[in-house]
Amino acid sequence: MTSASLDSSPRQAQASGRPTEKRSAYRLSPKTTQKLAMACIWSGGIVTVLISVIIIGFVLIGGIPRINLDFLLTPPKGGLSGEGGISTVIVSTLFLVIVTIIMLVPVGIGAAIYLAEYAPDNFMTRLIRYAVEVLSGVPSIIFGLFGFALFVTALHFSFSILSGALTLVCLLLPTMIRATEEAIRAVPYSHREGALALGATKWQLISRVLLPSALPGIVTAIILCIGRAIEETACLYVTMGGSAAMPTSLLSGGRTLSLHVFYLAMETRAFEKAMATGAVLIITIIVINFITNWLSNRFQARLRGTN
Amino acid sequence: MNFTADMKLSSNGKIIDCHCGKISVKEVNLYYGKFQALRDITMEIPACAITAIIGPSGCGKSSFLRLLNRMNDLIPTVRTTGSILLDGSSIFDNTVNIAELRKRVGMVFQKPNPFPMSVFDNVAFGPRQHGKNNLSELREIVEKSLHQAALWDEVKDKLGQSALALSGGQQQRLCIARVLAVEPEVILMDEPCSALDPIATLKIEDLMRTLAKDYTIVIVTHNMQQAARVSDMAAFFMMEEDRAGKLVEYGLTSQIFTKPSDKRTEDYITGRFG
Repeated sequence: MTSASLDSSPRQAQASGRPTEKRSAYRLSPKTTQKLAMACIWSGGIVTVLISVIIIGFVLIGGIPRINLDFLLTPPKGGLSGEGGISTVIVSTLFLVIVTIIMLVPVGIGAAIYLAEYAPDNFMTRLIRYAVEVLSGVPSIIFGLFGFALFVTALHFSFSILSGALTLVCLLLPTMIRATEEAIRAVPYSHREGALALGATKWQLISRVLLPSALPGIVTAIILCIGRAIEETACLYVTMGGSAAMPTSLLSGGRTLSLHVFYLAMETRAFEKAMATGAVLIITIIVINFITNWLSNRFQARLRGTN
Repeated sequence: MNFTADMKLSSNGKIIDCHCGKISVKEVNLYYGKFQALRDITMEIPACAITAIIGPSGCGKSSFLRLLNRMNDLIPTVRTTGSILLDGSSIFDNTVNIAELRKRVGMVFQKPNPFPMSVFDNVAFGPRQHGKNNLSELREIVEKSLHQAALWDEVKDKLGQSALALSGGQQQRLCIARVLAVEPEVILMDEPCSALDPIATLKIEDLMRTLAKDYTIVIVTHNMQQAARVSDMAAFFMMEEDRAGKLVEYGLTSQIFTKPSDKRTEDYITGRFG
């Protein structure tokens, strides 16, 4: 499209009788513009790819040689040396993610259904939407401060998996709500009409048509949130503490993979262990991305009936 | 409309009693916000017959159809006056359960709109939400409805497949089967063939003729031949200067298409405008 409009512009100008002869002397020819534009676009793409390849490559090359079964299955020793593995850290991360998702998903889907199907378009709901949007732009450390004040201090959950999970729920709710709401809104209007014309009540419409049709979007949203929960560092630093011990209950403290990377890098000499943990983190996230794509493709294929 | 005695007999030999309709529409006005979409519609829709609503685009045919099962309620600014009686009781009554009404008055839409689920689940959707969960009972209903919709032989081996994999004509018959599965009394069809090819259209028309033995069918159509082919009664709608739709002429299809009493009806069906 770009090339077509670039090619045709001088001819159009001539047809309309404007004096183009003079200007074309110091104006780039359409072909040159085309080449320049292509060069800009390509270099943008190449820089983006290079940056991600360099970062991921750096961590993976530095980290993977140090990953072995021993590293994955022994607890960290603590102290300045940074000796030991990451077993308790893996358990804490899983524990935290599961608790977070269990709390996040019902609230997120409920709020999304309300906003998409029930909320009237008035001042209150516009306020809610606006609040959700603002929340998704707030830095995670601010959520951390809030979590520290409310869950850790006021509610006496202390530095714990529970405090961390509750803070993460606050942090991730906007993402979850918006993605789910979009998925529900994307269900064609004709499906709603069809269901209502068959005598469905509003709840039957939601539970039997809208949610099943929106499921691929909802699953993608959940997996995105899992990914972000694993990556999150700052807000957990002030709500989960940094205990490297094996968590035994919701109220025990813990240390996620990303927090462990932070501690290893800042407080020990074991930089190579930080790299190894980082590599584990990156591999986890790549795997999660693959699962997301695979699941949403499969869902879509099933809905279209082309499986 | 004045009904005369000779209106009791339809062209295909079926006795149609126009004085005591399945649905009685009396002085109905419909407004979208300030815009009046329908003015003063009064008509009796006879039971177990096909009533076609014809007229130029934008004359309120679909709006009228959507009044009959209160689908217009989905539009926030809509307002209605007048009365519509189904078997003698008002459908606008506060005590009316809308889900129950729509169960009695089913609807087939312009574009086939099967749900993104299996053929079986599509047909079982209605019965399921009205409380039938016994699988063998559901199987029976699904088979019966698909037979009625003349679709069974084509889909009996792919009941578990997605309904979206069917052809357009099959999808529309699936939508009809889906409506039949909730055992309605009236079936509203909003240009059911406009998205279909001629062969699929003929199949749907055959199906309508068969269904008209047991069901009251109201169909909106742009296709004059279709209206002449399938319907027993025909109503011609036209818009007035302020674009509000009005019923110009209503009577037996044979009469409307051979000797219309209104000049505008004649102009429209002979293709002089619209």
